[in-house]
Amino acid sequence: MSNLMSGARMLLECLAREGVDCIFGYPGGVTLPLYDALYDHPIRHILTRHEENAAFAAQGYARATGRVGVCCATSGPGATNLVTGLVNAHMDSTPLVALTGQVAVKLIGSDAFQEADTFGITRSCTKHNYLVKDLADLPQVIHEAFYVAATGRPGPVLVDLPKDVLHAQGRYSPVSAIHLPGYKIFTEGHTGQIRRGAQLMWEAQRPLVYAGGGVVLSDAAQELRELVELLDAPAVLTLMGLGALPSSHPNFISMPGMHGSYAANLALTQSDLLISLGVRFDDRVTGRLSSFAPHARVIHVDIDPSEVGKNRNPDLPIVGDAKRVLARLLKVLRELEPQEGPRQADARQAWWSQIRSWQQEHPLVPAVSSHEIKPQHLIAEIDRLSGGQAIVASDVGQHEMWSAQFIRFNEPRLWLCSGGLGSMGFGLPAAIGAQFARPDKLVFAVVGDGGFQMALPELATIAAHALPVKVVIVNNGYLGMVRQWQELFFNNRLSAVELECFPEIESLAAAYGLKGRTISRPSDLAPALEAAVREPGAYILNVKVSPHENVYPMVPSGAALNEMVLGPPQPVAVPE
Amino acid sequence: MLQVISLLVENKPGALMRITGVLSARGYNIESLTVARTLDPGLSRMTIVVDVDPALRRQVIKQMNKLLNVLQATDLTESPAVTREMVLLRVRAPMSNRSPILKEAEIFSARVVDSSVEGFALEATGDPQKLDEFIDVMRSYGDIEVTRSGMVAVSLEAKKLRLSPPIPTASGAGSQPGGAGFSLPDNPRVSE
Repeated sequence: MSNLMSGARMLLECLAREGVDCIFGYPGGVTLPLYDALYDHPIRHILTRHEENAAFAAQGYARATGRVGVCCATSGPGATNLVTGLVNAHMDSTPLVALTGQVAVKLIGSDAFQEADTFGITRSCTKHNYLVKDLADLPQVIHEAFYVAATGRPGPVLVDLPKDVLHAQGRYSPVSAIHLPGYKIFTEGHTGQIRRGAQLMWEAQRPLVYAGGGVVLSDAAQELRELVELLDAPAVLTLMGLGALPSSHPNFISMPGMHGSYAANLALTQSDLLISLGVRFDDRVTGRLSSFAPHARVIHVDIDPSEVGKNRNPDLPIVGDAKRVLARLLKVLRELEPQEGPRQADARQAWWSQIRSWQQEHPLVPAVSSHEIKPQHLIAEIDRLSGGQAIVASDVGQHEMWSAQFIRFNEPRLWLCSGGLGSMGFGLPAAIGAQFARPDKLVFAVVGDGGFQMALPELATIAAHALPVKVVIVNNGYLGMVRQWQELFFNNRLSAVELECFPEIESLAAAYGLKGRTISRPSDLAPALEAAVREPGAYILNVKVSPHENVYPMVPSGAALNEMVLGPPQPVAVPE
Repeated sequence: MLQVISLLVENKPGALMRITGVLSARGYNIESLTVARTLDPGLSRMTIVVDVDPALRRQVIKQMNKLLNVLQATDLTESPAVTREMVLLRVRAPMSNRSPILKEAEIFSARVVDSSVEGFALEATGDPQKLDEFIDVMRSYGDIEVTRSGMVAVSLEAKKLRLSPPIPTASGAGSQPGGAGFSLPDNPRVSE
């Protein structure tokens, strides 16, 4: 059963058993044994042009599939370059295993060449991390790492691998079990709490489903849909939850929060029961916490007990996996339906007509102009071509918010963004990872002119693998979101937000052997986007949009959701 | 407000770093921390005193429980528990003061662990407030040097230790969705 092999080979054996088919990485001195083992191994290695982008690409892969993404870097600078990616995965609960090389065990602590305390540095940005000092521990650790990354509330796990451990020869025998006595996962939810939750749901007059990334992570889209339909409840989805309910579903209101819609934010403010599923009451959603959902009782379903009561104390906590808890809830709800169902029918109808009138008062409508391309118009055109089907990997900023507002997603795992960390440079490598995971899919990288330049070297990765990613640059010549805040809150004193000397895209694309084009006229927009989509390979479409457009509605930082600003400030102040 | 936490921790590399790291990252100030092996050499018992808003006490325990190396985290702040701290104190004692110092030490049940012409080294055990008083009294006799152990605590209630069972790895497949995979432990729990 056992045979002699190197640590590196053993590592690949374990990865293969975990079902890994590709690794995003960048080699270096201490990972040489690993790259030697990869040379003739079926696991595919994708060379990105920077380690941070390897981490983001692995997350694009993970988010698009639900599988664990794997990235790899060498010791020292390679490992430190992964850190932003690890924090990103930690914030967005993305299952990720990061493998880093380390100097040989006997050199650890000697300030050796390319040594960094990776284990210490990454403690706070991983769900768990390991330093493997003995080859005998390696298989166990790798299987633990995948298990921890994928289960419970998913997250990044880093395994630091000294060069001599990768190089050493040892006898490999498959691991039959792992034991993590202190790793506590609660999946089922408390039966009594679930029953009380079902009762509350039937009793509510103005229920609102508030669902997020946890629903996507637990593959609970079907259960969410059944819940929404059974209760005929309106639903808002957070930035991380977009697609958990099809955007075309009549019960879907839109995204709430800082740039959420009027209807979504007022629904939160007026609801009498928040059915919160896999959400963490993030400040970008709640606005001023003390004024958030002031009339609502709160049911909070989350697999992470520390999220329950962290920001808002729920009236009814249910610790468990969204899919399992929803399945059990639905069963109880259906049992109770004959007696309870009709009781609040009138109230429910009034609630719906209230929501519909909010939607009509201030709908989310993309701005369109005949003499310049409005960024919202561009995003709406991407939506038209996607038809709710394409994968959209977004960078961070104004274009991200417009994408969240105007692009429909008819299933989960189509929308990839850097939600919690808001890390610029995420969009392009995430699109690359997603395209590797889903070669059949149309993948857009929707990026700003700032974030695009942070990830620029990855055009080489796109070219090297002939990936048909459609890169759309929402180019307003500014770091738009920062400019928006300087305009609104710092007397328009624009400081360090102008992005001068943006490269000429046709030449840049050509330099990589890719196709690219710049457009600025509204009449060119639809044909140019259609041509980009028709192009069998990659396409870089640089769209010059009106430079001073701002994202609205906007809930100013520290304000309550119902204090949102619906449009540009009027020249004359209107008293309340 | 001070919160007393008792942790049962696996003796794994980095375990202490993880615990102190989470406390500092979440903005909780550590007042004292003690750690030593239990009867099982693979496990350590830690007593941590943190300064935290009472409303956040449960959150602190939940954050501790999230750590893989923490087998059990218990809040002893208001539950039946015995807490003790030790102080080692050196006091300069000129001949004229030696008898009064020994009298005071006796009142606090402190033991003389070293005596020289310079003065005494004293050892006292008790709850932290009592030790504060002891230190104050000794200071009134002259220069002192103090080392405190930090609080140790033991719960007076038996608390069931819940551990996750081993998880079989399906041969040829892992934890990936779609694979034969690991099965999740099914731990029903009162989600209070």
